[in-house]
Amino acid sequence: MAILEVNHLEKHFGSTKVLNDISFSLEQGQALSIIGSSGSGKTTLLRCLNFLEVPDQGIISVNGNTLFDANDPQTQLESEIRKKRLHFGLVFQNFNLFPQYTALQNVTLARELMMKESGETKEQILSAGRELLAQMGLADRADHYPHQLSGGQQQRVAIARALALHPDILCFDEPTSALDPELTGEVLRVIRNLAEQKTTMIIVTHEMAFARDVADQVIFMDGGFIVEQGDPHEVIDHPKEDRTKQFLSRYSEN
Amino acid sequence: MFWTVTLSILNGCAETARLFFLTLLFALPFGLLIAFGSMSRFRPLSVVTNVIVWIIRGTPLVLQLIIIFYGPGMWLDNNPWNFKDGRMAACIVAFVINYACYFSVIYRGGIEGVPMGQREAGEVLGMTKSQIFFKITLLQMVKRIVPPMSNEIITLVKDTSLARVIAITEIIKAGESFMKSSGITWPLFYTAVFYLVFVGILTILFGYIERKLSYFR
Repeated sequence: MAILEVNHLEKHFGSTKVLNDISFSLEQGQALSIIGSSGSGKTTLLRCLNFLEVPDQGIISVNGNTLFDANDPQTQLESEIRKKRLHFGLVFQNFNLFPQYTALQNVTLARELMMKESGETKEQILSAGRELLAQMGLADRADHYPHQLSGGQQQRVAIARALALHPDILCFDEPTSALDPELTGEVLRVIRNLAEQKTTMIIVTHEMAFARDVADQVIFMDGGFIVEQGDPHEVIDHPKEDRTKQFLSRYSEN
Repeated sequence: MFWTVTLSILNGCAETARLFFLTLLFALPFGLLIAFGSMSRFRPLSVVTNVIVWIIRGTPLVLQLIIIFYGPGMWLDNNPWNFKDGRMAACIVAFVINYACYFSVIYRGGIEGVPMGQREAGEVLGMTKSQIFFKITLLQMVKRIVPPMSNEIITLVKDTSLARVIAITEIIKAGESFMKSSGITWPLFYTAVFYLVFVGILTILFGYIERKLSYFR
């Protein structure tokens, strides 16, 4: 059974339709790459999945449970949304680390705030946080503040922060777009490791080679529509649709 | 003579300090309420609040002080300030309204200056609205508003001298009175020392707060 199912999702901003009949599904342990030019709706799609935007139409289900149904107000209660969000993790393009907290505190804050509900002890949370940072290759940066870290390090802290809550599906919104070219490698390597560990992921990216190598499935979006989806080698190396070919040819020229 | 003058000005200092601290005590929280009002998504509330802020910031504090103290007696035939510390009370009311409006604009800048991404990062991590405010945005906001706040609060120290228009014996009036009673002018200029000391202490205090918050960006 698919871990995530998205059916006929639609979203308007005023009179512009940014998402149009978006449907796809994702299996447990798979990685999905979403490619497409700026303004194609990729980021809005991720924001809808994380309940930062409310879709106008469509259904989102995780593990067979309907999390959101545009026609059912019961699925849109403010109090419920907070819990539903925890099915998803989101890594932002510009990190959005909390500047007043150290790397470790950034990772542990949300779990500490949930200590009452989860029954975890502070020690458990801290050691889990340190472990995550070590996994990101940042064991020696735990007590640094975000402004003392490079962009690549900040993004890796942000990934650890998202992983700390054990989301079912981890979303990346152009995780390397705000980084200097020489720093993208370290972040891509971390994401690649996560893919090897069978983390279920959705990655919005402009790194075509990376999208092809890491993903089990690729979606190409244009103008709010899914134009083409399928096996990454098919979509990226042998696109069928003209719009996909056009888009990809701009990358191969470089 | 020097000690007589100093003692008299120190009495004025007590009045000045009373006005200063009570204004801060009420205007700081009141300003935050006005800031929330002016940012409200409920249009009528934000429009009314913004008009009030415009009127208060757009007219001189002296005028507001005179209207609040003399207005009710003149136009309503009912002077609410007719009690022992009535003048000071009227003065505090005028100052609190005026400064709360100025503070509200600073608060608003501080709140809007925290990037939207900070709130979203908190939301995505399943935090509640109040957790996001107290654990994430508040400190970043405080850091942003300390420099403009310290400016405004230093201005307040000197604005307290306006209280003498409704006959409150604050520092300036205390110094000035020696011109009439003894025909000497130096006490008036000597009052500057007291303001400088007052502002000096505040400057050190705000510098300390800014340094305390400089560990993050």
